[in-house]
Amino acid sequence: MPQPDAKGPSSQIEVKAVALVSSGRHPVSGRPGRAREDARAVEMGLMLAGADLSLVHAGDPEDALLRECLEGYLGMFHGLDDSRDGTLSLLPMGAEEDAVPLLAAWLERTGATITLTGQRAECGEGSGMVGYLLAEQLGWAIATGVAAIERCDAQSVTVLQALPQGQRRRLEIQLPCVIAVDSVAEAPRQSAFGPARRGRIETVDDLLPAGEACLDVANVDWQWQPARARPKRLKVVKSTNARDRFKAAAAKSSASGGQVLTDLSPEEAAEKLIDYLRAEKIIADSGQSSAPDT
Amino acid sequence: MSVRRIDPHAERARRNRLHPRHHEFARPAWRWTSSEGVTRVNPHALGAIGPNGIRRIDRSGASVEASPVSASQASAEPARRQIVIDQPAGHIVVVPELPEGRLGDHDKDLFGLARQLADGRDLAVTAITFLSGVTGFEDAGADRVVDLAATVAEGYDPQARLSALLAVEGALAPQHWVFADALPDGGDLGRRFGARLAARGAADARPATRVWQLNDGRTLSRAGDRQDILRDVARVLLALPECAEPVSETRHEARRIDLAATGEASLTAADPATPAGVIDRGRVAVDPQEIPLAQAPFILSAGRGVSDWEGYHHAARVLGASEGASRVAVDDGYMVRTRQVGATGTFVTASCYVAVGISGAVQHLQGIAKCQRVIAINNDPSCDMVKRADLALIADGDAVLAAVCERLGQPRDGDGESWQTEESQHAAA
Repeated sequence: MPQPDAKGPSSQIEVKAVALVSSGRHPVSGRPGRAREDARAVEMGLMLAGADLSLVHAGDPEDALLRECLEGYLGMFHGLDDSRDGTLSLLPMGAEEDAVPLLAAWLERTGATITLTGQRAECGEGSGMVGYLLAEQLGWAIATGVAAIERCDAQSVTVLQALPQGQRRRLEIQLPCVIAVDSVAEAPRQSAFGPARRGRIETVDDLLPAGEACLDVANVDWQWQPARARPKRLKVVKSTNARDRFKAAAAKSSASGGQVLTDLSPEEAAEKLIDYLRAEKIIADSGQSSAPDT
Repeated sequence: MSVRRIDPHAERARRNRLHPRHHEFARPAWRWTSSEGVTRVNPHALGAIGPNGIRRIDRSGASVEASPVSASQASAEPARRQIVIDQPAGHIVVVPELPEGRLGDHDKDLFGLARQLADGRDLAVTAITFLSGVTGFEDAGADRVVDLAATVAEGYDPQARLSALLAVEGALAPQHWVFADALPDGGDLGRRFGARLAARGAADARPATRVWQLNDGRTLSRAGDRQDILRDVARVLLALPECAEPVSETRHEARRIDLAATGEASLTAADPATPAGVIDRGRVAVDPQEIPLAQAPFILSAGRGVSDWEGYHHAARVLGASEGASRVAVDDGYMVRTRQVGATGTFVTASCYVAVGISGAVQHLQGIAKCQRVIAINNDPSCDMVKRADLALIADGDAVLAAVCERLGQPRDGDGESWQTEESQHAAA
């Protein structure tokens, strides 16, 4: 994917890029590590700001697995122009506290202008709401499903948003903003051991006035349970008589009753094909081909 | 559906052989004694065709009325019950996605979920559209429809949609909001809406995301790390596909309501103070060959019936289609393995799939089972692909593709410039 001038202009202008990272789980083994979309967000931030990118995570500092997860992100600080090591700010909070006020206070203090994150966390509720709540609280713009950053200047950033069926939409977002990175963004670079060990994890614990820890009260009466496989939807034939139900159950799935046109010359067939594609809006009327609207 | 009526006079005449009009109503005898004294049986006259189109033989002697029903009537869906809610106690608002301007499967599931929430509580399911001219809300299960197409411009403008939804919130104060949890459209809008309500201080406004089941007044929503959350029904629900069965037994009135008429003039005033945070700069042309085959919206697929491969590649460029292939074309080395469609290759989800010279092996038909429209171009009218296709053209594939390029104004001779147009296209991931 071309990153035409993402790096050039941003190195001169003042764009403070921040990546919001969370702990992830390997989808098969369950081993702690980088979250997949967050890793893509960090990769996008490294392409945009180089080693100036700062990382932030709000979580429980007592968690033994947390350091392993976070070092996965710090290990991505290699192959850049300058050889500075990555720094990550850890905002300590308990499991039942709300991360949004902490993150908002930290973002305001550091003066971040672009906040990159994944769309959903892989642990916990994974609702994908953190970016929206942050944007709402700070009054920032937010764009989700971003596949690439095309251009970035002091006032706005131009991104490509991933749509279904592989389509793209260009959006211009006013800074400061929150950008949620889609899983079709450029694959993250490997995490290397050396940069991961050299990277610093700083604990920032004077963000909110003491005694003002925001408890997350919404989830007190939730019941957590291991995910069940979703039941497959059965094809139920609603009919009053047994004959139709039997016919539907025994029917082969072919013969949908399409239109069959025989004895056509190639020109007639081409005409029929083009007419059909135009009627279904697959190709544009002008004869110039285009992607269909989704 | 016509009601079958019994004529009692005819029944009586048929039973009574001494009735003067008996011969008018009596069916031909299925058993009689011939002049030689032999008992003859006509099996075709035996019994009668019942109401479901099946021949019934009733040996009890009771008459079965022979009334062959039409095939369309026999297979017709049972009639839906009409449901009218005149004075609803509240509203459950559904915001459907409307892909391609019509109700999709996900949208119908959302209405099914909303009906589960609404039934028994005298609530109205209210649909909100940002497009005008959408049909099918009656059968989907909407009691009311709010058309906001006038207040929201075409294109991606989440702020305008959000303020329109907030106006609806002010006017109707719905019990629940149901969004489609599909990024970047419905899920984005629902999360913006939930975040705005939460910022206004509503305690229960935090949306339940990825809801996939509603059971006994509680919802199951999928969380991260292989966990489910069982919780009370939230005020804002973002539901996954197949979260509920779509409405199939009832029919609703889908009455249009005009919020501006009810005195809520705030609909048009869409918060001019808010700056336009996100500006839509339009679609980007994507190189169709760069789209992953499983996601490609338009596929031109070639099989054994294609011999002019250069012409085929050119036709794919002219039509703007992604290239696919059957297993034979891949095995013969004309196409790469990543382009193979079918059970051993890629399961595609194209909205339009054109199969040129593919007869349709079972494995290939499995691969295109989710395609919405299939066009077959084949010499053999009896092959399976023609049976599957929505439009089948019985002709030679190479000649048809050449004629298509000709008619679209880019015959294969003028090949040079078509390559240059691709340079400007953005490469998709």
